[in-house]
Amino acid sequence: MEMSGANALIEALRGEKTQTVFGLPGGAIMPVYDVFYKMRDLPSELRIRHVLARHEQSAAHMADGYARASGRVGVCMSTSGPGATNLVTGMATAFMDSSPLVAITGQVARPFIGKDAFQETDIVGVVTSVTKYAFQARNASEIPQIVKSAFRIASTRRPGPVVIDIPRDVQQEMGVVDFTDRPVPKRHGPLPDPDPGIVARMADVLAKAKTPLIIAGGGVRIAEASQELVALAELLMCPVATSLMGKGCIPEDHPLSIGVMGMHGSSETNRIVSSADVLLIVGSRLSDRTTGNINKFCPNSQILCVDTDKAEIEKNKTPTISLVSDAKKALKAIHSDLAKRFAKKPGPHWFQKTKNDIDLSDLRKDGPYLSAVRAIRLLRKLLPRETIVTTEVGQNQMWSLAHFQAYGPRQFITSGGLGTMGFGFPAALGAKVACPDVPVLDIAGDGSFAMTENAMATSIEEQIPVTVVVLNNRMLGMVAQWHRMFYGRRYCGVELGRSPCFPKLAEAYGAAGVGVGDYKELSEAVMNALKSEITTVIDVPVSPEEDAAPMLAPGAGLEEVTIA
Amino acid sequence: MISPQQEVIIDVLVDHKPGVLHTVSNLFRRRAFNISSVAIGTSERDRVARMTLTMRGGEKEAVQLVRHLENLVDVIKAEIVDTEKAVVRELALVKIAPKPEDRLQILSFVDVYRAKIVHLSDESIIVEASGDSDKIDAFIELSRSFGLKEVARTGLTALSREQKQNGSQGNDVGW
Repeated sequence: MEMSGANALIEALRGEKTQTVFGLPGGAIMPVYDVFYKMRDLPSELRIRHVLARHEQSAAHMADGYARASGRVGVCMSTSGPGATNLVTGMATAFMDSSPLVAITGQVARPFIGKDAFQETDIVGVVTSVTKYAFQARNASEIPQIVKSAFRIASTRRPGPVVIDIPRDVQQEMGVVDFTDRPVPKRHGPLPDPDPGIVARMADVLAKAKTPLIIAGGGVRIAEASQELVALAELLMCPVATSLMGKGCIPEDHPLSIGVMGMHGSSETNRIVSSADVLLIVGSRLSDRTTGNINKFCPNSQILCVDTDKAEIEKNKTPTISLVSDAKKALKAIHSDLAKRFAKKPGPHWFQKTKNDIDLSDLRKDGPYLSAVRAIRLLRKLLPRETIVTTEVGQNQMWSLAHFQAYGPRQFITSGGLGTMGFGFPAALGAKVACPDVPVLDIAGDGSFAMTENAMATSIEEQIPVTVVVLNNRMLGMVAQWHRMFYGRRYCGVELGRSPCFPKLAEAYGAAGVGVGDYKELSEAVMNALKSEITTVIDVPVSPEEDAAPMLAPGAGLEEVTIA
Repeated sequence: MISPQQEVIIDVLVDHKPGVLHTVSNLFRRRAFNISSVAIGTSERDRVARMTLTMRGGEKEAVQLVRHLENLVDVIKAEIVDTEKAVVRELALVKIAPKPEDRLQILSFVDVYRAKIVHLSDESIIVEASGDSDKIDAFIELSRSFGLKEVARTGLTALSREQKQNGSQGNDVGW
C-alpha cells in the first residue's frame, strides 16, 4: 500500500486504538494536521479527536493524565523546535512516574537537519535522559513499525514516555507502508512468570514474620494489581502502607490501609512501618520522599522486594530477597503459596490504627481563612466515591496526600517523582477525556494553578468540564513553609500578592469562577460544580501560615517527626 | 569477587543503529558511572555491534550498570566479563621521535614488548603495541625517556574464552 508519511502515522495511531491526541500545531507538523482536517468527513468511530492545548507542556500533561486515569497510552503532538522542547517537562514528569506516553514531534525536513534551520531542535538528543526511547523516522515506509514499537515500548514492563520525531518531508513523501504486526523482541516483551523458588522463599519469610507489612508503590497501580494486593494483605492480616504513587492501590478506608508513608506521611504510619520485622515492597523504588533517610530506614527488618525493573531492586536499598516480576503475578503467586498454609495468618493482630477523623460537624471558621486540611476533608465527604482527584505540587499535594482518602488506584493522580507544578489541571482535563462519566477535580494551589491556567481555554472550547479548588494562600506555600522551618522566616520570592483574582480569571475564559468565604459556601460551590457543564474554579482563602504537617526534615529518618 | 575500586570490564551487545552510542554514553553521564574506556565495533552478527566498557568501581556498581544498560531499548545483552576466563586486549599506537643514538635501543625494547614498528622515518617512529592495559601503560612509560610524542589507544576489548550459550537472546535483534 502506498500513502504519505502523515497518513501512515494516523493509520498507525488508529491501529493502536488511539482515540485522542492532545496537541498544538506548527510549521513542521502541518502535513499531519492536514490529515486531521480530512478526518472531519469520516464517521465518528474512525475519527481521532484532536484536543487543542494552549501550551505544549499542558498537552503532554493532558496525555499523561489520560494515561494515568485509563491505563492506556496517552498521545501528544507538537511541532519542531519550541513546540518539542515545551513537551520536555511533560515527558520528564511521565518518565519519573512511569506513565505510558507517546509524543509525536514534527522536525525540519531531512535536508535541513543539522543545519540549525528555523525551529530546529535535536529533540531526540534533548530527551534521551527523560524518555524510554526516541525514534526519528527517516522515511515514510518505516512509520507504521515505529508507531507499533513506540506503543509497545511505552506500555510494556515499566511504562514510560517515547518520542517519535518525524521530519516534515517524511510526513509529505509517499512510501510503501506495511501495517502487519511483527513479533516483539523477547527482551522487550512481558516478563516471564515469577520464579517459584523465590516466591516460596518469600512466602516462608512472610509466614514466619511476627509483624509483616506491605509497602505498595506505583507499580501496583500500573500492573492493575490492587485486588491481589488487598487479598494478600487480608491473608497475612498485615497493614499496607503506600508510597505517594501507590496511593489508592488499597482503598484508604480499608481496615488494613495505614495510608501514605514518608516525608509527609503521618507519624503513626511511619512508626508502624518502622516496627515491621518483614517488609514486602511491591513496585516502589523507595525514593527519598518515601523512606526518609535511607540509612535509617528499617535497619533491622528483612526486606522482600518485587519490581518489574531489575535496576530498581538494589538501587536505593539492598533487599534480603528480590523478585523481578510483574506485581500482579508476583502478588498472586505469593498469595497462592501462603494460602496453602493458612486461611488467615494465625497470631495476634499486631498493629493499632487510631481513628484519624477530624470533626466536620462544626465548621465555623476562625478569622478570614478556611483551613486547608478541613477543606480537603470536606471535599472527600462531598465527592462521589469514584471521583478522580488530581493535585498540583506543593502544600496542596501534601495536604491531599494526608487528608484526601483515595479509594481506587487510578483515582489519585499526582506528579510524585518530578514534582511538576502546573501538572494537576491539564492532567485533570486528560483524565476527564478518558473517563467522561466520572467527576474530576483538581486540588490546586494558587502558585501551581497559575502555571498552566491557560488550559482553561482548552476545557471550555473542547467542553471538558472539571472542577478546580484553589487553596489560595497567596504564597508559594511549600517553599514558604521551608523558609519558616529552615531559613528563619526569611521569605524570598514566595509572596504572590493579590494577582490574579482567580474567579474573574475563570470568567474571562468562559469558565465559572466562585470565591467562597466559609465551608458552607465551599460545599455549595462544589455541589454546583459537579453538576455544571463547564469548568468551575473555586477560590478558597487559606492562611499563608498553615503548614503541610506532619513533615520529616530532609535527611531525617522515618521515626523522627519534625512538625506534627 | 571483585574488590572495590578496580577496573571492571563489561561486554555489551547493541543494535547497530544511529544514536546507540549516544544513548549508552548518556547513561554513564546521567547516572554518574565512572567509565574509563569504550571500544566499539561490529560483531559476529549482522546489525549487532559489540561495545566493551571499562568502569572503575565495585561489583555492586558494575551490576547496577549492567541492569541499567539492559533497560536500554537498543541493548541486546550486557554482562560483566570474568577476566580470569577471557582474553583482554588493548591496542595502542605510540609515536616516538628519538635521538639518532637511541634508535637502536628502541628497536630492542619494541621487541621485548612484542610490539612492532609500523612507520619509520627520519623524524619519527610509530609503534603498534597490543596487550593488557598494564603492558601498554608500561610501554608508554618507557617511551617517555625516548621522546614520546603522541599516543592513540583503542581502549580495552575482551572476549570470553568459553563457548557462550546463545540461548533465548540468540537472534533477538532490533525493533
